[in-house]
Amino acid sequence: MSKPSLKQTLNDLDTKKISIRELNQDYLKKIKKKVNLNIFIHFSEENILKQIDNLEKDNSTKKLKGIPIAIKDLFCTKSMPTTAASKILENFNPTYESFVTQKLLDEGSIFVGKTNLDEFAMGSATNTSFFGNTINPLSKENEPLAPGGSSGGSAAAVAADLCLGATGTDTGGSIRQPASFCGVVGIKPTYGLCSRWGIAAFASSLDQAGIFSHNVEDASILLQSIAGFDQRDSTSAKVDIPNYFENLDDDLNGKTVGIPKEYSIDGTPMEISQIWEDAIKVLEKKGVKIKNISLPHTKYALPTYYIIAPAEASSNLARYDGVKYGFRSDEINSLDEMYENTRAQGFGREVKRRILIGTYVLSAGYYDAYYLKAQKVRKLIADDFNIAFKECDFIVTPTAPSAAFPLNEKQNDPIKMYLNDVFTVPASLAGLPGISIPFGKDKNNLPLGIQILGKHFDEQQVFNAAVSLERSYE
Amino acid sequence: MNNLIKGEKHDWEMVIGLEIHAQVKSNSKLFSSSSTKFGSSPNSQVSLVDAAMPGMLPVINKYCVEQAVKTGVGLNAKINNYSVFDRKNYFYADLPQGYQISQYKYPIVGEGKVTIDFKDGTSKDIRIVRLHLEQDAGKSLHDQNPSKTYVDLNRSGVALMEIVSEPDIRTPDEAGMYISKIRSILMYLDTCDGNMQEGSLRADVNISVRKPGDEYGTRCEIKNLNSIKFIKQAINYEAKRQIEILESGGSIEQNTMLFNTSTGKTRPMRNKEEAHDYRYFPDPDLLPLEISDEEIKSIKSSIPQLPDELKNKFIETYKLSNYDASVLTAEKQISDYFNEAINSDNTLKNSAKIVVNWITSELFSLLNKNNLELNNSPVSPKNLGQLVKLISSNEISGKIAKDVMEDMFTSGKSAREIVDEKGLKQVTDQREIEKVIEEVIEDNPKMVQDYLGGKNKLLGFFVGQAMKKTKGKANPKMLNDILINKLNKKN
Repeated sequence: MSKPSLKQTLNDLDTKKISIRELNQDYLKKIKKKVNLNIFIHFSEENILKQIDNLEKDNSTKKLKGIPIAIKDLFCTKSMPTTAASKILENFNPTYESFVTQKLLDEGSIFVGKTNLDEFAMGSATNTSFFGNTINPLSKENEPLAPGGSSGGSAAAVAADLCLGATGTDTGGSIRQPASFCGVVGIKPTYGLCSRWGIAAFASSLDQAGIFSHNVEDASILLQSIAGFDQRDSTSAKVDIPNYFENLDDDLNGKTVGIPKEYSIDGTPMEISQIWEDAIKVLEKKGVKIKNISLPHTKYALPTYYIIAPAEASSNLARYDGVKYGFRSDEINSLDEMYENTRAQGFGREVKRRILIGTYVLSAGYYDAYYLKAQKVRKLIADDFNIAFKECDFIVTPTAPSAAFPLNEKQNDPIKMYLNDVFTVPASLAGLPGISIPFGKDKNNLPLGIQILGKHFDEQQVFNAAVSLERSYE
Repeated sequence: MNNLIKGEKHDWEMVIGLEIHAQVKSNSKLFSSSSTKFGSSPNSQVSLVDAAMPGMLPVINKYCVEQAVKTGVGLNAKINNYSVFDRKNYFYADLPQGYQISQYKYPIVGEGKVTIDFKDGTSKDIRIVRLHLEQDAGKSLHDQNPSKTYVDLNRSGVALMEIVSEPDIRTPDEAGMYISKIRSILMYLDTCDGNMQEGSLRADVNISVRKPGDEYGTRCEIKNLNSIKFIKQAINYEAKRQIEILESGGSIEQNTMLFNTSTGKTRPMRNKEEAHDYRYFPDPDLLPLEISDEEIKSIKSSIPQLPDELKNKFIETYKLSNYDASVLTAEKQISDYFNEAINSDNTLKNSAKIVVNWITSELFSLLNKNNLELNNSPVSPKNLGQLVKLISSNEISGKIAKDVMEDMFTSGKSAREIVDEKGLKQVTDQREIEKVIEEVIEDNPKMVQDYLGGKNKLLGFFVGQAMKKTKGKANPKMLNDILINKLNKKN
């Protein structure tokens, strides 16, 4: 069986090798077979059949016509409920369609369902969801592995071939880390490339939509579809979106790759260091100049992130108060009690933890020491990259410090869990584009990921380097 | 001027600062395109953004920004090229986002000043600390159901300008004059409709008392006052309350107070310990607001003449007193009325003071009595001008003019029509007046003797008799002169 490919499928649909109905019924079957992995929070066969019916009646040509896509359940969708994997939004049915999902609908894609995630995208294992863990499709029997997170459902959906692409969001690594864990491609574009309109907010200054796919070509096609300026998002960028796919060029001869020394961290497994070296060697062979660079403030990235993201989250999640929509506790004797009980019962542990951290760092007397300081460090981290990118065209690092870990391993140790983001968070703080591609395996034959970072809005360079590495690895 | 109030033991001085919340005149809200129309049915003007639905984002309404800049110019204030929207975090049922978008560290408008004018011709500057833009909250309705509170989000997200003064105000009257002046400026600029009853303009009052010359005392803040009358009442009550506490040896607790409009008393809402920690931080959904000098310049050039400029123009052109000119310019409708009246005839320029008097005393009191606004005056500016012309050209006397004015007010007719119809034209014929006076002297020989014997008061009697005979139409000055002349000849 050939590897699944969105690009190939588009050709097959075009040449009538397969019909939209046949294609999606195949996927329907596969999805039903994998229910045990708990990949979807919402899935409705009826809804999929309706979409097929509608597309069959539609004679217009559309770029993604009939392509099955999974949607992270953080994107508001009109045709399906949106929960953010939280009890507080259980049974919430938006009356509006997010910018990103609307774009995919306009291109004619079929939404196969809403994928599981860490509650409000807070987590690195898709184990804080109110709807239960998602299991990594690469797990062996009786040894369930985490798919990574927060977009673990979307990564797993692609890995299990339950769709030809999926949307994710990445705040500190929530696309790249699960992509690495599940052995798929995941790209987080530059902050501002895709509108945040209609995505339930976690940390507004970091949240960015992106794509999971089976390969780099597919990612380049899908990213182009969801990118673009949106006047309803003040942080959305007014930039021209190139045709990433048409412009893909795996010839990297003469380019310079930056290798940041700060990403060699004590305790990183040998296998991780090994694939990093392998990737560098491959690039060298392709005529890429290797440049050792320094990003001196890297070690402050994680603490900075875990101040800024919870601070914004504590405010962003204040709207879930039981007044207007979503869950409201039954035990109410006063306004204060309504807030307390609704939020105590409606949010899970990790969300509460981050709201508390965020509230604390913004409090009078602590603001300067935490939040303000973190903002200053964030600037230094961004400056590090700006300086480094004067000397190189892209940067290559590992995506995550480990392969997929057993499902419940880090459940009770938030700090260990937060360390998962160590390689992904700096680029998030700097708003830079980053992709994770599968590159090598560990001793248990689990996939490992390589991360490629680019300059602001230089997704093309990121794709080019990624496709080049991908082709050499295959 | 003595601004002190007497306590049992000392004289005390009030120290007052105002935070005025003025609703920006704009068809749509600060961060959404929902309508801002007043009085619509509950929750009929609520967008997804106003209701804080998941994933909804604010987008700044440029028109509201322009309105704020205009207002800043009107307050003689510095316009900041760079300002930032912050989130003010607190929970309340009518605050859907769980935070209010406001401006904290970097407001759009910085320091400015406004001038208030006193009756005695003096004036005083009240310094402005800042003006910033912020969202209004919704409204909690507690009176619709015995056990439930309903929320109306129509107002949620409406743009407000918060204008903060320095504590330069020393009396309730000054506070009233200050807010009237701000209101007037906003209305001239058309940046706020100034409607206090509908809540378009409300104020929080910060007040403390001190012995003259002392440092500022501990202040209390009285929240959300929506009329000048209540502001003055609340200040008076609160100052007395604080003085009583201090004179009996107590100290003032820094409290946020509410004013009960039916009892006229203030009561504490929360103390300093209970004060919210709003956890302000820059709203990551919004970019900093940058306004170029060119934009500021272009907004400045669109600004109409403001009350103070107009006041100076009136003083210069019409030789009016500072106070008269400030009364005329207190509201745009008054200065517009005056302008139209005085320009209705080019001879009126020299009778400006009379025009002012007829507007601010006779016309205002008639309007007041009939509960009418100047905009709806039955007496048009042109007709008032004509009346003044009849007076200044001696065609009718001031006394008759008052009757004519009342007639104009009820009938809507012009002064000329009424004077002609009723034959009220003043008698200025010397012979006619002499004739009447001779009759009066002949009819009252005894009185004449008494007058000549030294009872000067009787002059009024003769004037009255003569006026009666002319039905009040005799020119008073002529009548007076001729009468004295004739009486003295009898001597």
